[in-house]
Amino acid sequence: MTERENIFNRIHEALTVKAQAHGETSLPTTADHRRVLPPVGATVDEQFALFARNAVELRAIFKLVKDSNQLTAELRALRDAENWKRVAAHKGQLVSALAGSLGLPLLLTDGGYDKQELEQCDVGISECDALVAQTATVVVTSRTTGGRALSVLPPHHVVIARREQLVPDLSAAFALIKSKHGANYPSMISFITGPSRTGDIERILVLGAHGPKKLTIFCV
Amino acid sequence: MSAPATHFKEDARRVSADLRHRGIIQTAMGKYEVVRDQRQRSFQDWQGARQLAAATKWQAVNHLDKHLEQFAQQIESRGTKVHWASTAAQARDIILGILREKNAKVVVKSKAMTSEEIHLNDAMEQAGYEVVESDLGEFIVQLREEPPYHLVFPAMHLTRGEIKDVFERKLHDAPSDEPEVLTMVARRVLRQKYLQADVGITGANFAIAETGMVSITENEGNARLTAALPRTMITLVGIEKVLPRLEDLALFLPMLAVMGTGQPITCYNTMYGGPRQPGEADGPEEYHVVLLDNQRTTLLADAEQRDALHCIRCGACLNVCPIFRNVGGYTYGTVYGGPIGSVITPHLRGLQDWKHLSYASSLCGACTETCPVKIDLHHHLLQNRRNASRSKPIWWQKIAFKLFAPVANSPALWSLTTKLGRIGQVFHGLIKGGVLDPAEAWTKTRELPPVAKQSFREWWKERK
Repeated sequence: MTERENIFNRIHEALTVKAQAHGETSLPTTADHRRVLPPVGATVDEQFALFARNAVELRAIFKLVKDSNQLTAELRALRDAENWKRVAAHKGQLVSALAGSLGLPLLLTDGGYDKQELEQCDVGISECDALVAQTATVVVTSRTTGGRALSVLPPHHVVIARREQLVPDLSAAFALIKSKHGANYPSMISFITGPSRTGDIERILVLGAHGPKKLTIFCV
Repeated sequence: MSAPATHFKEDARRVSADLRHRGIIQTAMGKYEVVRDQRQRSFQDWQGARQLAAATKWQAVNHLDKHLEQFAQQIESRGTKVHWASTAAQARDIILGILREKNAKVVVKSKAMTSEEIHLNDAMEQAGYEVVESDLGEFIVQLREEPPYHLVFPAMHLTRGEIKDVFERKLHDAPSDEPEVLTMVARRVLRQKYLQADVGITGANFAIAETGMVSITENEGNARLTAALPRTMITLVGIEKVLPRLEDLALFLPMLAVMGTGQPITCYNTMYGGPRQPGEADGPEEYHVVLLDNQRTTLLADAEQRDALHCIRCGACLNVCPIFRNVGGYTYGTVYGGPIGSVITPHLRGLQDWKHLSYASSLCGACTETCPVKIDLHHHLLQNRRNASRSKPIWWQKIAFKLFAPVANSPALWSLTTKLGRIGQVFHGLIKGGVLDPAEAWTKTRELPPVAKQSFREWWKERK
């Protein structure tokens, strides 16, 4: 017998005795989740305001920008302020042209890259699959936003999102992932909430433990 | 007394008198309590959320066969190799086999309590691999050659000075004792390890049956890098970690963060469903998931305590436990400490050797009250006491109860005994708390209330 069969035999044997349940045991619905989780506001404006408040608390930077001109200007200002020398990004409607316009050496991660080279980049610029108001979370995937490392290896992660990508809560984000990818999920789906952090030394907050020290989210 | 029980008693006595240790733990827990309470209040209905979480886990665990089957089938369909391990030794062999096959040299790990449970690091190091823990707290305790102190905060018992010392000794790099500076030293050192590592090993917080994904919760990004850079990725996960549906995470990710660290949600919550897929930029060529039983099915077979498998390892029951806060994480001598560890360790490692942990409780019920998935922790401790004395009765307790039963059943004998008790207590005073006292273990540190001058029956008779 294989170990798989051994384990399943023990499970079947164990489950012949029914456990007593305390209270309700049926699987909750999304409406149940929304009844108990923190409120997110009914209108899109309230949800943007919530996202912005959460971002401040997380020490992420969140900016609504008017158009691509303002976006380019914002990015150039960041480039100069932080003295970027190399930029990493991926091919995408929002980021390709933008990253190219910075006038710096550009590493595109699509189709593979040298990880030492990505490590040398000052910033990783990516799109996202969704923004979640409830938690100020950015949803990225290995397929749509440049792979697994682009959003964690460079010290600054810049996200370019569209306004219509805002969803109210985590439930809506999971529903969106399901409808967008069907059964063919990307191999990684990551919910990023603020820049990398640790409290492992005397419970004192330090940003940039392994991932980015800075997270900037521009929403067009 | 079993060896673990002796060890527990000695360490508990020593650590609970250590004021420095007490100070560190009180400060850390004080900070935790403030943010946890604040986050709980932000929920519309925290108690309702606990009930929903308990119901979800009840479904997951009581239909474990169905969910595991679905999880394995789904994740295999995207090119993941699933391995099944009944024992710790089998799990170690599977992982060592993968390392051999891949001709690995450097292994980078993100935090995994299951790997502590099977003593994976020792096995890999003995086989000649360089093993690097990447979670900052785990990295620190690895440098100090210690096990993690706490499920969520592995280095919470250390001061910045002690951390600076070990960095100086082992890394020869510790410019100051500022947490920021020390964290950046670790970041630099570990970056190089990531770039060298051939294999990345992670644990998992949840295994989603519906979509065949493991979900990993973290703050630092170390698990993200572990899953991104090495060519081979291995996830070691207990079979009880299944959740039925992807959307269940909408509840569990915030609840785990609130109870674990007092955050609304942690920085990175990532679902992995396979190796690098066609058209993706990076990720491991091979992905292995090792599903670990290691006595979990023994606990599953105990219908009374089956809900202990609901545990999401948030550490909240440790944080509120007056015993944990006094005796500390190492005294337990177990991988899983605190109330949940005291409940499950006798199932995982033998009831008679570990039954003393069932008494490491004031039965105050703070653990049960805080548990986000409503595990009936303090009652399980009582059940473990009952099971232990049932399977191996203690001779003097048997005699004591044999004597007590007729006394308690006869009003005349009871009345005589209480009268004798009054006299006996006078003489007991002569030996109380000393080596001659048969009740020494109790009376050494506690007062026995005096037997009343008049019993209730006497008082009642007088009034009539």
